Amino acid sequence: MEVLVASAIGVLTAAGIYMILRLRTFPVVVGMSLLSYAVNVFLFATGRLVINQPPILRDGVTSYTDPIPQALVLTAIVISFGMTAVVVMLALGAFIEAGNDRIDLEEEEDGQ
Amino acid sequence: MSPALIAALPFLGAAMPSILIRTGRTNAAAVSALFTGLALLGLLLNLPTVMAGGVVETKIDWLPWLGLNVNFWIDGLGMLFATLILGIGLLIILYARFYLSNKDPVGQFYTYLLLFQGAMVGIVLSDNILLLLIFWELTSLSSFLLIGYWKHLPAGRQGARMALTVTGLGGLSMIAGMLILGNIAGSYDISEILQHKDAIQASPYYIPALLLILGGAFTKSAQFPFHFWLPHAMAAPTPVSAYLHSATMVKAGLFLMARMWPVLSGTPEWFYIVASVGLITMLIAAKIAIFKHDMKALLAFSTVSHLGLITFMLGLGTEAGALAAVFHIINHATFKAALFMSAGIVDHEAGTRDLTRISGLRKLMPITFVIATIAALSMAGIPFFNGFLSKEMMLEAAAHTKWLDNSWLIPVLATIAALFSATYAFRFISHGFFGPPPEDLPKTPHDPPFGMWISPAFLAFLVIAIGLFPMAVAGGYVQMATNAVVGGGYHMHELKIWHGVTPALIMSAIAVTGGIALLVAHRPFQRLWDATPRPEAKVMFDWVVTKVQSLAAWITQGLHTGAMARYLMLFTITAVGVGLYAFMSGTLGPQTRALTPVNGAAVTSWLLLLTATMCIVAFHHNRILALVLIGIVGLTVSISFIFLSAPDLALTQISVEIVTTVLMLLALNFLPKITSIESSRMKIGFDVGLSVAAGVAVSGLIYALLTRDFAFPTMSGYMLDNSYNLAGGDNVVNVILVDFRGYDTFGEITVLGIAALVIFALTEALLQGASSRKLIAWRPDVPRGGDKHPLMLLIVTRVMMPIALVVGLYIFLRGHNEPGGGFIAGLVVAIALVTQYMASGFAWTQARQKVYYHVLIASGVLVAGITGAGAFFNDMPFLTSDFGYVKLPGLDKFELATAAGFDLGVFLGVVGSVMLALGGLSRLARRAAMGEEGGEEGAHIAAEKPEARVLAPLSAGPYPPEAKVPRRWWKTARAAREATQNERDTVHENKKTNGGDH
Repeated sequence: MEVLVASAIGVLTAAGIYMILRLRTFPVVVGMSLLSYAVNVFLFATGRLVINQPPILRDGVTSYTDPIPQALVLTAIVISFGMTAVVVMLALGAFIEAGNDRIDLEEEEDGQ
Repeated sequence: MSPALIAALPFLGAAMPSILIRTGRTNAAAVSALFTGLALLGLLLNLPTVMAGGVVETKIDWLPWLGLNVNFWIDGLGMLFATLILGIGLLIILYARFYLSNKDPVGQFYTYLLLFQGAMVGIVLSDNILLLLIFWELTSLSSFLLIGYWKHLPAGRQGARMALTVTGLGGLSMIAGMLILGNIAGSYDISEILQHKDAIQASPYYIPALLLILGGAFTKSAQFPFHFWLPHAMAAPTPVSAYLHSATMVKAGLFLMARMWPVLSGTPEWFYIVASVGLITMLIAAKIAIFKHDMKALLAFSTVSHLGLITFMLGLGTEAGALAAVFHIINHATFKAALFMSAGIVDHEAGTRDLTRISGLRKLMPITFVIATIAALSMAGIPFFNGFLSKEMMLEAAAHTKWLDNSWLIPVLATIAALFSATYAFRFISHGFFGPPPEDLPKTPHDPPFGMWISPAFLAFLVIAIGLFPMAVAGGYVQMATNAVVGGGYHMHELKIWHGVTPALIMSAIAVTGGIALLVAHRPFQRLWDATPRPEAKVMFDWVVTKVQSLAAWITQGLHTGAMARYLMLFTITAVGVGLYAFMSGTLGPQTRALTPVNGAAVTSWLLLLTATMCIVAFHHNRILALVLIGIVGLTVSISFIFLSAPDLALTQISVEIVTTVLMLLALNFLPKITSIESSRMKIGFDVGLSVAAGVAVSGLIYALLTRDFAFPTMSGYMLDNSYNLAGGDNVVNVILVDFRGYDTFGEITVLGIAALVIFALTEALLQGASSRKLIAWRPDVPRGGDKHPLMLLIVTRVMMPIALVVGLYIFLRGHNEPGGGFIAGLVVAIALVTQYMASGFAWTQARQKVYYHVLIASGVLVAGITGAGAFFNDMPFLTSDFGYVKLPGLDKFELATAAGFDLGVFLGVVGSVMLALGGLSRLARRAAMGEEGGEEGAHIAAEKPEARVLAPLSAGPYPPEAKVPRRWWKTARAAREATQNERDTVHENKKTNGGDH
């Protein structure tokens, strides 16, 4: 299980970084979403992997998984939605204003 | 009165003049004088104690663990300086009332002056060096405001900037030095540091600390080679110059040297640095002063020279030197303030203060003439005036000082400096007040009103009084302050005018005679001076500033090129590099956890996730496909959360997934649907390499973490043990969110709300001006489905709506004990609402939407905050929750927790934020549709505003204009309808006239 989770995080990170290095806004937004998954799962996994022991207290049950990373990640997921929304809005605004969706301010501007 | 209150009074009064200026200049001046006078009175009440050798203290712990205490004390030195600052401040306030004109912002002037005064008093009464540093910086800032007071004068602004730059940099240097000193002494309290002379002077850090502290003192007190800022600060109004350069700002550096004298002085380093710099400054500045035509410039350089004199005396490190320094501080403050005010009077009444234009003012301005002459004679060092006494002491001390075994160098240089000093003092009087009557002046000079000359007259009176009866008038103060400077146990000899024929008297006589001779021969010397090229400090300063600016611009532009892909690449490379370094230089502990077994479902999900991710990378050029694929990734992650014992996370992730997809779809409505391949093969290869490296690194890190146990016991045990006992909840994750870590969550919903408001603001901006016209002109780039609002979808969503709301309520209520809670419930309800917008259209839904989303966000934060504040009634800290069990007839016993109120706030905040964010994008789409459907539909751009919202039904297609409008809006509705009618007409006209241009 650990191998699967670790490799999945690695693949998500690699894909996310590759995507944020693109030159247009949409791939960058997608890349950030992928990175968010990677980071959220990473943080969650710092509580170690535990199967079938949710942190919901039950009579007679003594072992539970670590609740703290879960609480952290829960808010992180919601906040990352907020962040994505802001970035999408910025990207959209830039596209509407500038007429293209490049993220770099480079010579392509050619003084328009 | 307590020292802290004395220091606080000017600050407390600072706002008053700016308020009272509406009632006239006199009231603004009066209230400033009132606060200053109160502070002075409070200070003098402590005089008997301090005179008797006592110290008055106020100690307030502020941040004791940093050593930062608000400790104030009044000792002899502080008493002397505070008296000068407040006393001369009082005179300046009176003088400025008459000096400044009605057109000047006089209220601001007094506000700045009081701020500055408070900062100065703070410096001299601080018993903690960190506190002293704060006041020190405050003087730099407030003097910047004062020097640049006449904002319309470029010279004023430049002078203010130069003063701020030089003294500000000096302040930084001093901070470093003071911190070193505090570390050596083990305390930041000055009274404590002063006890550690031996430890400080034996420390290897003594020299660095000394140099850094002197850097602060020399810049503030305009010592060579930092003297150049002071003359440029003369662009300030004269009351400012008189105050800053006689008694206060520039004396702060001297104060610092005097304050630290007991622990820093007495070493050869101290002597050779401080005394030499003082002597050089005294000599050079006196020489320059002779050749200045502007009365204020002459006085400015003479100030620099006298500051040099005092520095020189402090640098000697002897008790005689300290005595001379203290006495000259008093004398210089009196005669120099009087001289500045006289120069100001001349400027004010004659319209110029150029010594080559004015002459013979003696007859026209007799009172000013008398005052200026008394003060100038004192400056020249003529017997029976106070300047003579301290200058004698200086010459006497210089006569006995050797510099590298050379016994004549210092006495000769000191005599020459005194000679120059006499020359410029005589020149000030003879060129200004003697000679033929002036011609061709801007104004006809005459003596000023009483209020303007009384201040300098009082100071001139002091000059004579101290000059004639030094012991009676100033003896007590001098003894008290000198005793404080040398660190106690000091007994002063009697201050007197006649000591017999001493070397000092001979040097003095040479200086005065030589001064007169030099004045007589002034003209050829002036020509020689004018003909000699000199380095111009301002040019050099400006050159350095320009170079530093262009260097900064070069660095910024080099790093900040606007190429975001490059920033991200550099960032990734750095992160991977640092990680690699840590991995190579650290050690990896043994594996302590067994691997968790794998089952088929896990492998399947893993394969799904990997394939989807790889496909995103491979096919991301098709953006819709990428969006579908990312949905797969999100769902797989949600499923994994369930599998790995995190039901709350799974619920959250899956609901966020839905709103994110809606969001991205709304954005893709506008954005191009295809990304063309732009990167070269090399860049793609490099990026792949970098990403894979980062992926491997992260993967390795988490694998290492997963296969090892915690190094320390975590907090989780506490949370699990106490979740039920302390917070009454079984769902530990929810309890952490709403109770244990409620503060974090409170911050988080606030951030989410702010993000939504940012989106709202961006939308508003895009709905105006050029971008709005672009939106209207926008045409969809892919064919649309024929049915805008499919009937099936419409019916299903409407039927589902109440069910979804009930589910939301259920998830919310059970949250404390079962998976669920405010976050998830909020997302569920938001999804239910969003589907209404999608199925029935924005306008239809918006018209039925009775709550304003901004209000939802605000009430969410407020409800959470108020619930948290409720804990105060229980005498508990903010956000402490409480719970109890309630039994209602007909129901089982159930629990009520205040945390549920907090969770309600979370719920409201999440719903409001998500809806406001998505609503922003929808509004853009509506605006674009307006162009698509022709201008007729313009009115249905229902904004998130009540009055705009009621417009929606007007044109919402199948729904008649009589559609129900929330009752409370009905009044605005009528007005808005009329307004829209007008607006529509205008839009039409605009379209007709310039619609084709865009």
